[in-house]
Amino acid sequence: MNSSKTRAKTAPVAANGRRTIKVDYLARVEGEGSLQVKIRNNEVVDCKLGIFEPPRFFEAFLRGRSYTEPPDITARICGICPVAYQMSSVHAIESAFGATVPEPIRELRRLLYCGEWIESHALHIYMLHAPDFLGYEDAIRMAADHAEAVQRGLKLKKTGNDLVALLGGREIHPISVRVGGFYRVPTKKELQPIAEKLKWARDAALETVRWTASLPFPDFEQDYEFVALHHPDEYALNEGKLISNKGLDIRVQDYDRYFIEEHVAHSNALHSRIAGRGAYFVGPLARFNLNFDQLSPLAREAAREVDFLPQCRNPFKSIIARAVETLYACDEALRIIENYEMPEQPFVEVHPRSGMGYGCTEAPRGILVHRYRFDEHGQILDAKIVPPTAQNQRVMEADLCAVVTEHLGLDEEKLTWLCEQTIRNYDPCISCATHFLRLEVERLD
Amino acid sequence: MDTKRKPKLAVWKFASCDGCQLSLLDCEDELLDVVGEIEIANFPEASRAVIKGPYDISLVEGSITTPKDAERIHKVRRASKVLITIGACATAGGIQALRNFQDVDKFISIVYASPQYISTLKKSTPISEHVKVDYELRGCPVNKYQLLEVLNAFLNGRQPITPSHSVCMECKQKGVVCVMVAHGTPCLGPVTHAGCGALCPSYARGCFGCFGPKETPNTHSLSEWWQEELGATKDDIIRAFRGINAYAEPFRKESETYELQ
Repeated sequence: MNSSKTRAKTAPVAANGRRTIKVDYLARVEGEGSLQVKIRNNEVVDCKLGIFEPPRFFEAFLRGRSYTEPPDITARICGICPVAYQMSSVHAIESAFGATVPEPIRELRRLLYCGEWIESHALHIYMLHAPDFLGYEDAIRMAADHAEAVQRGLKLKKTGNDLVALLGGREIHPISVRVGGFYRVPTKKELQPIAEKLKWARDAALETVRWTASLPFPDFEQDYEFVALHHPDEYALNEGKLISNKGLDIRVQDYDRYFIEEHVAHSNALHSRIAGRGAYFVGPLARFNLNFDQLSPLAREAAREVDFLPQCRNPFKSIIARAVETLYACDEALRIIENYEMPEQPFVEVHPRSGMGYGCTEAPRGILVHRYRFDEHGQILDAKIVPPTAQNQRVMEADLCAVVTEHLGLDEEKLTWLCEQTIRNYDPCISCATHFLRLEVERLD
Repeated sequence: MDTKRKPKLAVWKFASCDGCQLSLLDCEDELLDVVGEIEIANFPEASRAVIKGPYDISLVEGSITTPKDAERIHKVRRASKVLITIGACATAGGIQALRNFQDVDKFISIVYASPQYISTLKKSTPISEHVKVDYELRGCPVNKYQLLEVLNAFLNGRQPITPSHSVCMECKQKGVVCVMVAHGTPCLGPVTHAGCGALCPSYARGCFGCFGPKETPNTHSLSEWWQEELGATKDDIIRAFRGINAYAEPFRKESETYELQ
C-alpha cells in the first residue's frame, strides 16, 4: 500500500547537528505509547518511551472487594493476557489464606496458561513482530507475499485460543477460573478434540522456530540481568522462586525487598529496578536463558537445530525464544492432556483469614506480580500489581539509546522503524503497564 | 472507479484493555476474508500504516476518562460516517467507571506516587455521553461473531441482528439448568443482555453481567429475590451491580438504591 503513511514523524538533520526521531503513536503494540529519541552532534541525548494510555486505577477500586473477585476484575487489565492476571491473583489469594490445590487442578491451570502462551506468542510473532523483520507495515500486507506463514500463524493462534476457550468458556476474559480451582473442569473426553489440533500446532510451532530463526537479525548485544521464575521440576509458569543470571535467588514473597519502583527524572514513567543494581529483563528470552534445561526435549532440540542457545543477549532474537516457547507450550499441553484424570471436585474450599499474599506467574511477556492484603472476612485492604511491561521499561529505553547510537548512519525512515522494532522486541503491553505508570500529559496527535 | 472503492475501517482506542479490538484479530478464520471486503485504514494495534480519513466505519473501544480523550472523540466522530462502540467500556464506561462512585483524587493517590502529574476526569463515561453513536455492541469482551455480524450489516445497509433479550433466555435456549433455582447461586442472568451464549451458567456459575443491562430489566425484583431466597446482603447486591457495567443506568440505580438504605 504505497499511498499509506506511517505513524512515524522524522525531521531532517538540522544544521546544528540535532535530530529528533519521534513516533507519536506506536503501532503493533497493545495500548497507547509513543517514543522519542533526541540526537545532538551524533550523540544520543535522550530516549523516551512515552505512555499516554489513560490510568484505570485497578489497585484503588480493588479495595473493599471480596477475595472472590480479583480473577474476574484483574483479567480486565489486559485483553491479551487475561489468564496471567487470573493465575497471579488466585495464587496470591491462596497464598494469603494458606490454601493449596490438588495436583489435577494445578495441571489444568498449567494447561490453560499454555493456551494463552500459544495465542499470545503466535499473535506477537506473526502479526506484530515478523512484519518488522521482513519490511512490511503489517501482517495483512505481509500476507500478500508470505501467505503460507501468515495462515500458519493465524491457525496457531486459533489453536491457543481454542484451548483457552475450551477450559475457560471464551478466549478473552475466560470465566471458569476461581479461587481454589475452577467453576467447571473438562472431562477427559472433552479434551480429545483439542489434542488433535495441538498435534498440528506442535508441528507448526516447530516450523515457526525454523522460520523465525531465518529472519535477518541486527547484530546487537547487551549485558542484561535476566529475571524469571524458576521451579525445580518444570519450566516455570505458575510457581517457583525468582532467579537471575546475576545471582538473584529469592522467594516470591520477598519481592518487595529486592525490587523497587521509582521515578526517574528523564522519564514520565515509574521504573522497576533491582535494589542496588538496576534494570532487568523479563519475558521469553529471560526464561529461555535461565530455564533452557527444563524445556521439553523437542523444544530443546529445535533450538539447537537453529543454533539458538543460552545465553542469548540479542533482544531481537526474542522472537525465536517466543517460537521455542510456543513449541514447548504445545508439547506441554499434550503431555497434560494425555495424563489428565478429571478431579473429583473442580475446586477446593478456601477459608479467608487476615493476612497478605504474593503471587507471581509467567505471563507471556514476563513475570506478573500480584500482592493482596485481606481483613479476616477476606475483604481486600490493599492491592499491588506489577506487570511485565512496567518492569521492562528501563531496558527498553536503554536498548533504544544503544540501537540508535550504533545505527546513526541510517536514514531517518529506517532508523525510526528500527526504533519501533526495538521496542516491539519486548512485546510491550501498555494497557497492562498503565494502571501504575504515570501519565504523559502531552499528546502529540 | 469510486464505485469499486473498498469501505475504509478505522479502530480507535480509549481507556480499555484492548480485548474488544483484539476480537477482530481473533477472527482467525475470517480475517483475511474481511480485509478482502474492507480496507483497514487505521488500526494501530495491527498496522503501522495510516490511511487518511474520512472513514466509512469507525469502531471505538474504551471509555472517556481524560480531558484530552474528551476532545479526541469529537475528532473521531467528525472523521467517521458510521461510529460503532464495541464493548462495555465504550458502551457503559467499563470497569474503570467504579471510580464514578468514589472520590477520584483518593484513587489517584492510592495508585500514583505523584498525583499532581495525573490528568484524569472525575468520571469514566461511555462514548454516547460525548458524541452521537450509530450502534452500540455490548460485552466484556464483545462476542466476535456479533462483531462480524455488525460489520456485515453496516456494509450491506441493514440492521444488525443482535438479540436484546436476557441471558436467562439464552440458558433456556441452550437447555442449561437454572443455577439460581437449582443451586441457589446468585445470577444476574434475568437482567443481563444476551450475547455471551449463557456462558457462566453453562460453567456452573452465576452471570456477572458482562453484557450490561437488557432492555427494561427488573433489577429491583431480582435484588429482592436474592435477599429473600438466597439470603444475599445489601453489600452483596451493591457489589454485584457494581461490576463491569456499574455505570449503565439500570445497574447504577439499583446499586445506589441499596447504598442509600
